[in-house]
Amino acid sequence: MATVTFDHATRVYPGTERPAVDQLNLHVEDGEFLVLVGPSGCGKSTSLRMLAGLEDVNGGSILIGDRDVTDVQPKDRDIAMVFQNYALYPHMSVADNMGFALKIAGKPKAEIRERVEEAAKILDLTEYLDRKPKALSGGQRQRVAMGRAIVRQPQVFLMDEPLSNLDAKLRVQTRTQIASLQRRLGVTTVYVTHDQTEALTMGDRIAVLKGGLLQQVGTPREMYDTPANVFVAGFIGSPAMNIATFKVDDGVAHVGAARVPLERSVVEQLTDADGGKITIGFRPEALDVVPQGTENSMPVAVNLVEELGSDAFVYGTLVGPAAEEAEVRSGAGDNQVIVRIDPRNVPMKGDTISVTIKPGQSHVFSAATGNRLS
Amino acid sequence: MEQLQITSAAPDSALLDLPWRTPLADWPADVLAALPRGISRHVVRFVRLDGRVLAIKEISEAVAFREYDLLRQLRKLEIPAVRPVGVVTGRLDDDGEPLEAALVTEHLAFSLPYRAVFSQALRPDTAARLIDALAVLLVRLHLVGFYWGDVSLSNTLFRRDAHQFAAYLVDAETGDLHRELSRGQREYDVDLARTNIIGELMDLAAGELLDEDVDELAIGDALVSRYAELWEALTGVESFGSDERWRVAARIDRLNDLGFDVGELSITTDIDGTTVRIQPQVVDAGHHSRRLFRLTGLDVQDNQARRLLNDLDSYVAATDRQEDDPQMVAHDWSQNIFQPTIRAVPRDLRRKLEPAQLFHEILDHRWFISEQAGRDVPMPEATASYVEHVLRHRPDEKAILGAPPGEQDLDADVDAGPDSAPEDDHFHLST
Repeated sequence: MATVTFDHATRVYPGTERPAVDQLNLHVEDGEFLVLVGPSGCGKSTSLRMLAGLEDVNGGSILIGDRDVTDVQPKDRDIAMVFQNYALYPHMSVADNMGFALKIAGKPKAEIRERVEEAAKILDLTEYLDRKPKALSGGQRQRVAMGRAIVRQPQVFLMDEPLSNLDAKLRVQTRTQIASLQRRLGVTTVYVTHDQTEALTMGDRIAVLKGGLLQQVGTPREMYDTPANVFVAGFIGSPAMNIATFKVDDGVAHVGAARVPLERSVVEQLTDADGGKITIGFRPEALDVVPQGTENSMPVAVNLVEELGSDAFVYGTLVGPAAEEAEVRSGAGDNQVIVRIDPRNVPMKGDTISVTIKPGQSHVFSAATGNRLS
Repeated sequence: MEQLQITSAAPDSALLDLPWRTPLADWPADVLAALPRGISRHVVRFVRLDGRVLAIKEISEAVAFREYDLLRQLRKLEIPAVRPVGVVTGRLDDDGEPLEAALVTEHLAFSLPYRAVFSQALRPDTAARLIDALAVLLVRLHLVGFYWGDVSLSNTLFRRDAHQFAAYLVDAETGDLHRELSRGQREYDVDLARTNIIGELMDLAAGELLDEDVDELAIGDALVSRYAELWEALTGVESFGSDERWRVAARIDRLNDLGFDVGELSITTDIDGTTVRIQPQVVDAGHHSRRLFRLTGLDVQDNQARRLLNDLDSYVAATDRQEDDPQMVAHDWSQNIFQPTIRAVPRDLRRKLEPAQLFHEILDHRWFISEQAGRDVPMPEATASYVEHVLRHRPDEKAILGAPPGEQDLDADVDAGPDSAPEDDHFHLST
């Protein structure tokens, strides 16, 4: 068991100017499941490989527990890369498939059997231990592969997009399995993914990276409720947050007929660089559908209704005077607004609905820096 | 609406004839050449198309394109690897449900999976020769900046290369190309290779397919030491006094002997000029095969080329033509010795081995029977004897694949009970 610390850890690839990972400071608690998430090229895999010892660290240091491993070779770091290889050996029993690495390491037979049985219990594989892998289902084989990492009893598990080559159904199943298994084992785990849903559903905490820089780290709830900047706001959550630019006059943000009162502390933080504008984010569920002509409402032309049974979403375009100035964007694209609506009362494509932002459910960011103001 | 797409640098319309609307696991036996052996992470099938054998693997689209691109880049870097044919996407089944993408590669002719090599129980040093071949491949990959991420015997194919084997990369799914590898990446790859190799040998032992005297751990360790030796020989810095300059030429000779050409060598001296430091900067594998190709146009593997070049040298000496243009002499050797020897092998047996490998084995055989007979047996006589006593009894190695179609597939065989017999590990020799 151990903590993991990135202390100003930096990786610059030869021949490039901008660091792939820039002064990363991150502390993972003992037993914690931390997810590194971000778009392609954000530095998440590089960070994980630095921790694994596969990438040189050009600045700062990396610690596992109290031990500085910055210059320690991968095999001496007491980590396990999970899912690196889950080809199973057909002639060996399930127990041997799980324990062969311990045998290679010269561990006594009794200890190997004990560790294998322990892992099998956690993985629900006890009754299969003496069978051959061909007697197992696909999901069970996957668990045998996890067992290989578990029996080594490493201080830290590292997983780099382990679900990326599974089909959608097995992906969701395995996601749940890995998360609950990690909780049961209590081994510190660092997990890399580009998929924010995976991050939200699996991690104790999530670290969002972009362009080699850590944007924010926090619990899924914190990331969702109080994103630190416009990037995190737009990245975390599905469907994504709507983000629009409003003008500020007399402490009130407005776009078209819609007006959002701003807290005084927010208004005080505005600078000349903001140019009298402010960026406001509102999630699809932070919008109320109201009768046409309601004060402060924004008209939205319905392009598409997505019905999911328990939920329904309108994908629409802002119309009316607000449309020209709002610079709205969302996960659906520029000029698109996503609205969660009552699934029992859905508008038709081509209708126009009016929406207002629920009080207290907007996220306010500086138009110049993108940083959170509220 | 049909949306099947084949992405390929060299499109072959015959690919369209394959049953893409059917999940790969359910392809009918009549299109299959064979099924693969062992438990794979993905469904893999071999099909025969226009005289070629293609390997088809079902994986997600992103992974398929990534591996396809990596394999193409490796070929540009002249790394021995399977040839990527293309990626098939947009597959729909008859109900319009989407199917996974497929990566298509060309099966390497005359290649041997490691299980086939072991099951033939050749010589006790077979394992050592496979390990040597894998170490050379791993060093070559690392020199060009390729991190494999899953080095194993089963992700490698072996081809006979005179007395040795040459290793080819088959599976690049976990790999990455970098500008240069860190020491950590190289060591992790080597360590993983060691673990995987030992695991694979333990598996053969568990299936009673491995001689009991084989020490799995020692073979795994041998890879680590072979790799380290070769890496040091190819990239290490050497210092010596300025009066020992012959050591520059000696280093180059040593690298040539290992089968590498030196493209660039850095030579630095200290300020007072008493010490010289040399380090190869660019080395290219294939020293002998390039030389043979320049002389004769024959494109063969490096150790085969070395053997042919030795025979060419004997020819030059025997015909006293050291002063002639080397290409002219090489042409005559090819016309008078090499080609007639291969042609003397009956056509139906000729295809069992590559021509250069045939020639190498005939040379070996000639040495063997000459010693027995106490006289120099001429090539035509040696060839006839080789065909009669050796080649006729050898398996056809042009396309050694997995189980014949129709035999039960392991992937589908999940319901087999714990007491079902271990699979027989014979190989289907496809013709």
